[in-house]
Amino acid sequence: MGYPHTPHERETLVLSEHFGAVEARTYDGWIKRGGYQALERALGMEPQAVIDIVKASGLRGRGGAGFPAGVKWDFMPKQKSKPHYLCCNADESEPGTFKDREIMRWTPHALIEGCAIAAHAIRAETVYVYIRGEFTEPLRIMQAALDEAYAHGVLGKSAMGTGISIDIYIHRGAGAYICGEETALMNSIEGRRGNPRIRPPFPAAVGVFGMPTTINNVETLTSVSHIITRGADWYKGLSLSNPKSTGTKLMSVCGHVARPGNYEITMGFPMKDLIYELCGGMRPDRALKAVIPGGSSVPLLNREEAESCVLDYEGVVAAGSMLGSGGMIVFDDSTDLVYQMMRIAKFYAHESCAQCTQCREGTAWTVRILQKILAGDGEMKDIDLLLDLGEQMTGKTICVLSDSCAAPVGSAIKKFPQEFEAYIKKGARRPAAALV
Amino acid sequence: MAETELVTCTIDGLEVSVPKGTTILEAAKQAGVLVPHYCYHPGLPVAGVCRMCLVEVEGFPKLQIGCATTVAEGQTIRVNQSDEARRARQGVLEFLLINHPLDCPICDQAGECELQNYVFQEGQARTRYTPTFAKRFNPVEDFGGDILYVPNRCILCTRCVRFMDHAAEEPILNVSERGDRAFIGIHPDRELDHPWSGNVVDLCPVGSLLSKDFLHKARAWELDHTPGVCTGCSQGCNVTVDTRGHSVVRLRPRPNLAVNRYFVCDHGRLTYRTMNRGDRLEAPLVRDGGELAAVDWDHALARAAQILKGSTGRAVVLGSPFVSNETLYLAQQLLEGFEVTAAFRVERVDGDVPLAGVPGLALRGERAPNVAGAMALGYREALDEAIRGVDGAAVVLVLDDPLEGVDREQLEGAGNVIYVGTTLPAAARAARVVLPSTNVAEEDGTFVNRDRRVQRYLQAKPAPGMARPAWWILGELAAELGMGEPPVAADEAFDRLADAVAAFGGLSYRRLGMSGAVLTEGATAGVTP
Repeated sequence: MGYPHTPHERETLVLSEHFGAVEARTYDGWIKRGGYQALERALGMEPQAVIDIVKASGLRGRGGAGFPAGVKWDFMPKQKSKPHYLCCNADESEPGTFKDREIMRWTPHALIEGCAIAAHAIRAETVYVYIRGEFTEPLRIMQAALDEAYAHGVLGKSAMGTGISIDIYIHRGAGAYICGEETALMNSIEGRRGNPRIRPPFPAAVGVFGMPTTINNVETLTSVSHIITRGADWYKGLSLSNPKSTGTKLMSVCGHVARPGNYEITMGFPMKDLIYELCGGMRPDRALKAVIPGGSSVPLLNREEAESCVLDYEGVVAAGSMLGSGGMIVFDDSTDLVYQMMRIAKFYAHESCAQCTQCREGTAWTVRILQKILAGDGEMKDIDLLLDLGEQMTGKTICVLSDSCAAPVGSAIKKFPQEFEAYIKKGARRPAAALV
Repeated sequence: MAETELVTCTIDGLEVSVPKGTTILEAAKQAGVLVPHYCYHPGLPVAGVCRMCLVEVEGFPKLQIGCATTVAEGQTIRVNQSDEARRARQGVLEFLLINHPLDCPICDQAGECELQNYVFQEGQARTRYTPTFAKRFNPVEDFGGDILYVPNRCILCTRCVRFMDHAAEEPILNVSERGDRAFIGIHPDRELDHPWSGNVVDLCPVGSLLSKDFLHKARAWELDHTPGVCTGCSQGCNVTVDTRGHSVVRLRPRPNLAVNRYFVCDHGRLTYRTMNRGDRLEAPLVRDGGELAAVDWDHALARAAQILKGSTGRAVVLGSPFVSNETLYLAQQLLEGFEVTAAFRVERVDGDVPLAGVPGLALRGERAPNVAGAMALGYREALDEAIRGVDGAAVVLVLDDPLEGVDREQLEGAGNVIYVGTTLPAAARAARVVLPSTNVAEEDGTFVNRDRRVQRYLQAKPAPGMARPAWWILGELAAELGMGEPPVAADEAFDRLADAVAAFGGLSYRRLGMSGAVLTEGATAGVTP
């Protein structure tokens, strides 16, 4: 759903409060809305104090892994012997996810502010905002806001006149999914092929250009300003469920719901309410079949699991999947899940960086088997083969791209075996033209 | 030497202590356990991409790659004893084979292919890949230089890319495309003609990068492998001489961390051709009346001894930096009592051709393997001067110098010329006695490289006709003159040398091993009386 629109009353507007307000994109408009006060306050604090507040808030990475942000910052060397870097991951390449895009489109200064606070906390003088190449509009808006921030002395050699040096650069990606993986992102910034790196060494020790580096997602960094302004306790209070999942989460909902779009909810919000109330339920005369809750790389949930699922890090895991990036793909009962899985696998096969054997060969093989099944040529042993390939592709590679291909496919086989059997045993088939 | 901190771990039940920081793969090697691998190579930076070396490490929830994980004190690691690791390896092999053509019968690598070997060792007999699925296909590409790229066989281990990036420091190869469409790409305006680029063929674990020179020349299992030393320059790179029947078909680097690590240059690689020369001396010749005539060894040695016995005064040795230390030494011994001038010449090219990423390794401008040996044994790089002095010399002994630029008449004037050599250049026809010797591939011996390292090379193929090692010839000649028993093998010749020459003091043939030993520092050069 586009902006501006009237937010649902059950949403908790923190990050999305100013979505739709064109004026908020400008420096003046942002100041009018209380912007850069958090930065001013943070720059007056010791870096460790900023880290401690963020740690206390319980903020966890919103890019997908859910790692506590303050703990990540704490990994950075305290005795600075080399330049430190902050990378903002604005690649948002996970299918089904479109929240960072809106943050950058509507509140670019919020992201700049968050980046600057984080840079101060980890003692970094340089920030790279890595924006995916397809995001032409967010890129333009971010660049305009950045220019304004420099013009007003927010950034530069003496950020807000404090003598602290913070420079932010926008780096435009070239459209590779893998560049959203943090070490591939760093390679891409360095001008190398976007291949994930083996760890250790971890980025906090050897990151971009070989220097200590922290990588945070757009939504994570944007949340930081609010935590500084309103305090860790306030943020921690934003939880309906588990104390380990705090704050608000932007959920990108797409698929067969009446009102797809971004919804900002408090951690612990029921998925059922998100789908049936906020999103207006399924399309007319259709029933919910399955949900991929956290971007296409997580296992899917069937209707029962989805309707009882609580939207926080622990809740979605308990339901059998992951909160991931918060990109929810909702399928109704008209969906051919075998075909959907083939499309997802095809995406991963196309985007595999080709380093690890299991991923390079396994993703492409998975696609071929699914296409064979869809063409009506499948055999029951293909199901076992898919599951076995999935096992070989899980936990054995440098990054999790191959796991991300195996997870949805494996979960679909386990939760919707009848769909696969319909193709294999009952003679269903798709025309060749519909296999792409 | 500083004390290195050791950590002790257990690999497949075998306890091993290694320096802190050692990877599991290297530690396992020391314990005698091979962790199968493709992308790892000790001479290149770690890539960690083939995922073949996954091993089970106690305390880790997931399998770890042996090439990039360092061992910790008290760790238990399972390679062959881990079912999970074995399954993972079988998985990698199956994945690698889905796009690999099973064209082993026409592949140069067959028989020395790491994919073939590991599949044979523990792969599955059958693939689950549907036979009707297409395999990736890309045409064979000529990378230039000596290199062909067969992309269909490529397993994308990136060893070649890393060699060009980090060893040659000429980054003209890359991985192009993504996913299962990936292949090794070359800079569109460049050729793979770096003077060290031949190493990518050795590094390639499969038959994807091939040498045009070796293409379809031999099957790997027909070859015999003999350790040797490259004669291309004074670096003294360790090589393996691969022979098929009586021909040398290629030279490959033999690892020696102190000399050439894992590499050898293209110039050196092609020196094998000289080992197969067809115009070889195959029988001893003696001058009877006007012409040289073939005789047996007894005859030839007796004639040569006769010449030496009847002479006194000045002797000139026209030596060569391509002959062994043993030969150079025994020539000096043979001429004991004469006033000896021993000289050699060496081709010198301007500038070294380094392998940039490996300090101390280069194709040297000094294009002979034993210059340092000749110097240490009292030979001077002054062949022209020595040739000017042949007139009036009592004896001239030539040790396989090609005598380029020397007139036959000039030598004929000298009278008592004994020529020991592999071929018969025109000027050598002036000799009274010609004694056929073996080349470097046909004998055992030692050279001294530019860093004063004495290194052994072994006989890789039979000598043609009646040719004999030069040290044998000179030893027999000395015996003929009543100067004591001849050495029966190269080791004896070397040990005599080591006893007699201060610079070689403390060395023995056995102690040299196959990686050599360095000459005593500061010892005075030359034969001690």
